[in-house]
Amino acid sequence: MLLDALLLQLGYNATLVALGAASLGVAAGATGTFLFLRKRSLVSDAISHATLPGIGLAFIVMVALGGDGRWLPGLLAGSALSALAGLVCVNWLTRNTRLAEDAAIGAVLSVFFGAGIVILTIIQTLSSGRQAGLESFLLGSTAGMLFSDALTLAIGGALVLALALVLRRPMIQVAFDPGFAETTGISVSRTDFLTMTLVMAITVVGLKIVGLIMIVALLIIPAVTARFWSNRAEHVVALAGLFGGLAGYVGAAISATAPALPTGPIIVLIGFALFAASLLVAPGRGVLAAAWRYRRFQQRLHLRQGLISLAQGQPVYERLTRRLLRREGYLRADNVITDEGRARAATVLRDEARWQAVRRSDSLALLAQQDDGMTDIASVLTSDQLAEIDARIGGPKAVTP
Amino acid sequence: MKDAMPELVAEAGQQIPDAVSHSPLAIRGMTVSYGEEPAIFSIDLTAEPGAMTAIIGPNGAGKSTLLKAALGIVRPLSGAAMVFGKPLSKQRAHIAYMPQRASVDWDFPTTVIDVALMGLSRELGLLRPVRARHKARALACLDRVGMAEFADRQIGQLSGGQQQRVFLARALAQDAELYLLDEPFAGVDAATERAIIDVLKQLRAEGKTVVAVHHDLSTVSEYFENVFLINRRRIAEGPVGTAFTAENLQEAYGGRLAAGQIEQLVLGRA
Repeated sequence: MLLDALLLQLGYNATLVALGAASLGVAAGATGTFLFLRKRSLVSDAISHATLPGIGLAFIVMVALGGDGRWLPGLLAGSALSALAGLVCVNWLTRNTRLAEDAAIGAVLSVFFGAGIVILTIIQTLSSGRQAGLESFLLGSTAGMLFSDALTLAIGGALVLALALVLRRPMIQVAFDPGFAETTGISVSRTDFLTMTLVMAITVVGLKIVGLIMIVALLIIPAVTARFWSNRAEHVVALAGLFGGLAGYVGAAISATAPALPTGPIIVLIGFALFAASLLVAPGRGVLAAAWRYRRFQQRLHLRQGLISLAQGQPVYERLTRRLLRREGYLRADNVITDEGRARAATVLRDEARWQAVRRSDSLALLAQQDDGMTDIASVLTSDQLAEIDARIGGPKAVTP
Repeated sequence: MKDAMPELVAEAGQQIPDAVSHSPLAIRGMTVSYGEEPAIFSIDLTAEPGAMTAIIGPNGAGKSTLLKAALGIVRPLSGAAMVFGKPLSKQRAHIAYMPQRASVDWDFPTTVIDVALMGLSRELGLLRPVRARHKARALACLDRVGMAEFADRQIGQLSGGQQQRVFLARALAQDAELYLLDEPFAGVDAATERAIIDVLKQLRAEGKTVVAVHHDLSTVSEYFENVFLINRRRIAEGPVGTAFTAENLQEAYGGRLAAGQIEQLVLGRA
């Protein structure tokens, strides 16, 4: 069943939804990355919540003009206008008052959302029984999606994606170092505004499928997921598009396998699954990789401390240290030092003596700052400097147990 | 001189004075205020072409603010900066800037060479692909500061001094005539300080102009030929020999420097 869904064998509607969600996911993932890199992820939450009053007002205006209140392009235009108003409010509050951006976001988000709910309730009462169906914009709805809807998603997504790619360099520059970007002639305020406009466009396009409450997940989760896998901004953007598209496609397919499964939330959960997997297994920034690195470092540290103790003829008390020394063949099973251990301890002792000589040297004392107990002295001093130090302290001394 | 030039924009038939039109950087009457407390007040500065000028003054004197205002990063309340006699906005291509290291997030997903390539952003524009020759230029700039071998490192994995050198490489990639540097020597190791000052001296030898915010008074006379002393107001400006005096330091730093310290600094200069 799921396989059928993934292979687009579940019928016309399911196929439309899957393709639409995938293109939305790609565009949202890539665009959201610029927001994430600029450290303004939460602004997207304010933008999405601020769409609600616009939806309601657009409905009222269209009905008042004698048209169909549910005409999608009209509703989306209304949502875009009120999202813009919300964005302007956040920017104005941040710039002209002492409110920090997070506080401004909180204020704008809740006020706009509250106003939207009130307007929707009024519409409910006025339309007296005739279901307006505007609530579907809260959580998204894919039931009865039309070909034209899917086309809107695909075209809207492609357009936003193309714009994001054109603007990627200034957006990355502004996110990394706005001051420098400004001096090269990139207008920071204009670039920020364009970024927000792209996010707004994605929000509006995505309202239909994932709804305004969850669009933020589609903008941000792919970006943070992608960050685990790359250290280059442009690659993070591309990967976020991939993860977003994957979440959209798989999520829509899964929700198509059972009639009661809501599409938007499933997409978000798939996005989260990708995030959780990356968090665990990503090399470098992943949790497991970090734990492994920590363990390796701990082992190196214990070995070194153990060897220093052996070299100075002191007993090694810590069990972990003893076990590691045995594993390396420096200690016998009965904790007596081996020849190999003696040789190794002698070099460790020599390095300690070298560091001491460096600390006492007039010309090299500055380099001693790099001695943290674990740094290899050969990586700090040149071979000439090492030779000079060695001439001063003599060769390695034998270690006697 | 300031009285003679209330406006930097030449009215019809009015001549812009030579000092302004010939200087790589001429700032006139610049005031920047955060809230209602000017961080810098009515600053005039004229950078000497082909020379190195240190902007010095105590903490909170407005050194970085002056630089940022000159670059248009912060908006001055009054006054303007002229670069080679023209407004800043027309001269961006001739300016290179090195901000303070602490001003960016070093965990940002970018590599050493990517940062150097940002110095070429005017040339690359929006869509021009990054070609081998662009990379070669970025690498050459990294090489000048001894960072070429780290080209593919994520910038967060560098030491503070290395990060500072990468920032300098990015400024070098801008291939400008005027270099504005904000605390290039702050918190760096001795090797980095050496590398940076060597590059700056090369720039001067090439006839470029360097203006740097500097905090270490003990190296002023060794590194720079001109100083600009500031403490919100302009205290003094000119060659180290005439402007870096005990009197001026006392005026700029107030009680913050002990008399003995000042004496040592001034006597210590070449």
